Amino acid sequence: MNPPARPPLFAETALVRRKLRQEAVARWLFGAMAATMIVPLLLIVGYLVVRALPSLSFEFVLDIPRRGMTEGGIWPAFIGTIYLVFLSLLVAAPIGILAAVYLNEYARDNWLNRVINLAVINLAGVPSIVHALFGLGAFVYAANLGYSIISASLTLAIMTLPVIIASTREALASVPRTFREACWNVGATRWQTIKSVVLPNSISGILTGVILQVSRAAGETAPVMFTGVVFFKAVQRGDLFPYYLDEQCMALSMHLYTISTQVPGVKESIPYATAVVLLLLVLTVNAAAIGLRVHLRSRKKW
Amino acid sequence: MTPPGDQTAVLIVRNARRPAWVEAGERLVEALVYVCGISAIVFVLGIFVFVLKEALPVLRSEPFNLTGFLFSTEWYPTSETNKRYGVLAMLAGTMSVTVLAMVIAVPFGLGAAIYLSEFCTQRTRETLKIVIEFLAAVPSVVWGFIGLTVMSKLIVQFTGAPVGVNVLNGGIVLALMSVPIIVSIGEDALKAVPDSYREAAIALGVTRWQLVWRVLLPAAKNGLLAAVLLGVGRGVGETMAVLMATGHAVHIPHSVLDSVRTLTANIAAELGEAPAASDHYGVLFLTGVLLFTLTFGVNLVADTIVRGIRRR
Repeated sequence: MNPPARPPLFAETALVRRKLRQEAVARWLFGAMAATMIVPLLLIVGYLVVRALPSLSFEFVLDIPRRGMTEGGIWPAFIGTIYLVFLSLLVAAPIGILAAVYLNEYARDNWLNRVINLAVINLAGVPSIVHALFGLGAFVYAANLGYSIISASLTLAIMTLPVIIASTREALASVPRTFREACWNVGATRWQTIKSVVLPNSISGILTGVILQVSRAAGETAPVMFTGVVFFKAVQRGDLFPYYLDEQCMALSMHLYTISTQVPGVKESIPYATAVVLLLLVLTVNAAAIGLRVHLRSRKKW
Repeated sequence: MTPPGDQTAVLIVRNARRPAWVEAGERLVEALVYVCGISAIVFVLGIFVFVLKEALPVLRSEPFNLTGFLFSTEWYPTSETNKRYGVLAMLAGTMSVTVLAMVIAVPFGLGAAIYLSEFCTQRTRETLKIVIEFLAAVPSVVWGFIGLTVMSKLIVQFTGAPVGVNVLNGGIVLALMSVPIIVSIGEDALKAVPDSYREAAIALGVTRWQLVWRVLLPAAKNGLLAAVLLGVGRGVGETMAVLMATGHAVHIPHSVLDSVRTLTANIAAELGEAPAASDHYGVLFLTGVLLFTLTFGVNLVADTIVRGIRRR
């Protein structure tokens, strides 16, 4: 009596086929989910650019708004954004970098360190409009700086601080401990070690954080809306230094909000063009950060 | 990090003291670093104190009462005779938009995170992560503009709603904004599952679907929950996008096609018109305190969960 013929050991059985089908379905399902995030982004950006084309030019960036902001360009807003970003960077970068140095190089694993971590996380999580309220209460009124570029930049600086702290910290943590030990062993103090070994070896990572801060600060609207940015300010076309620091200024993000919701009869392509300029500014800055990171990774020696 | 063995070094090398100015400089720099280190705490406390300080006078003023503030839908801050400050409608607006955003963003965000960490090649992963970074970098005012122009037209066209700026619009825009954070934290959570779990499952002959469903999701569930919570925090706190995309109707929404106003949008819309130190102004700051407390709670829970994972 013959035993029933057994299938060869590694042939596909019905079960294996079902499993393979299942796996293919899963791959496509999750792939489609990833794709649904990206495709709308591309479509929307494409749509914005197409609608913006009639107005989009260098002239648009350099020109001032005309006829009650219904025509013309965006120069005062553009230069105002640069002012705000630069000043907030000037404040946020040193504080943020030193805070990261403290957290990564000096802090022991105790309650203070935990509280600082919690504070950094919450600083990043506080709604932007609450930062605006804070800026209004603290800088505009309590510190008596008034509605000014300084108030707005300080508010922005505090808001973007966590960005710099987080990426600087990551950069510092990626410097191997052996580098520090070698330096300590030749008799350097802690700060000498940080200054001459740790910081130079993590400079690209720190720069990435600084760049991300710039991109974040350029796009924010709510925090500057009530602390120093106004609807309109008359400046010269292409003027590089149109504002004093205790004056109010215009900003791209606020300008986009204003002309798309508050001003009637704006030429149709102008809000689109403003949105595209803002988007391009932010994405270019971000691309620089990504480029720097890729470059850094390719050169990493350890 | 502490340099080891300072004392032994002193024993071996006699007269090895540095010049006084080096030591003094070192102390000075360390003090500066310390001050910057605790600056984050100072700022968070400062935010709470200053916002609360501006809100305090209104708590004692006549037309205001706390139950009315939290549980009434009547928001008439500029009424001549009978001022009423109820933010329940705005709270409902915030909740409805955030919940809808999460209903859309969580499946897609977690799906994308699973795809990134389990299914795709190294190259695709790098590319996708860059795209996600770009997605995260789009300023909220641009998202609001997209909601106002592109999305509202699409919504009117497809649903026949009378206005395109409503809960649905705000929800979609917020979903697109919170997907990046859900994806990146979710991917970290999946990556934190030890490879030995994967190897054990694969050795048993499971498919990748089974691996994800039966092994990775249960093992990473805390991290994924934290990802969702951070998305919620982002949704509750978002201002410009919802200001532009949700319309401005102060009432509790009955369908996703109703216009609403959120807590954040309410502050942004009215702060410019409220005279400083008036009751109206104080109530807006009190709304700020409420928002701060809400997001603080959400972030605290999310952080506790993430910390719990790291310790394991």
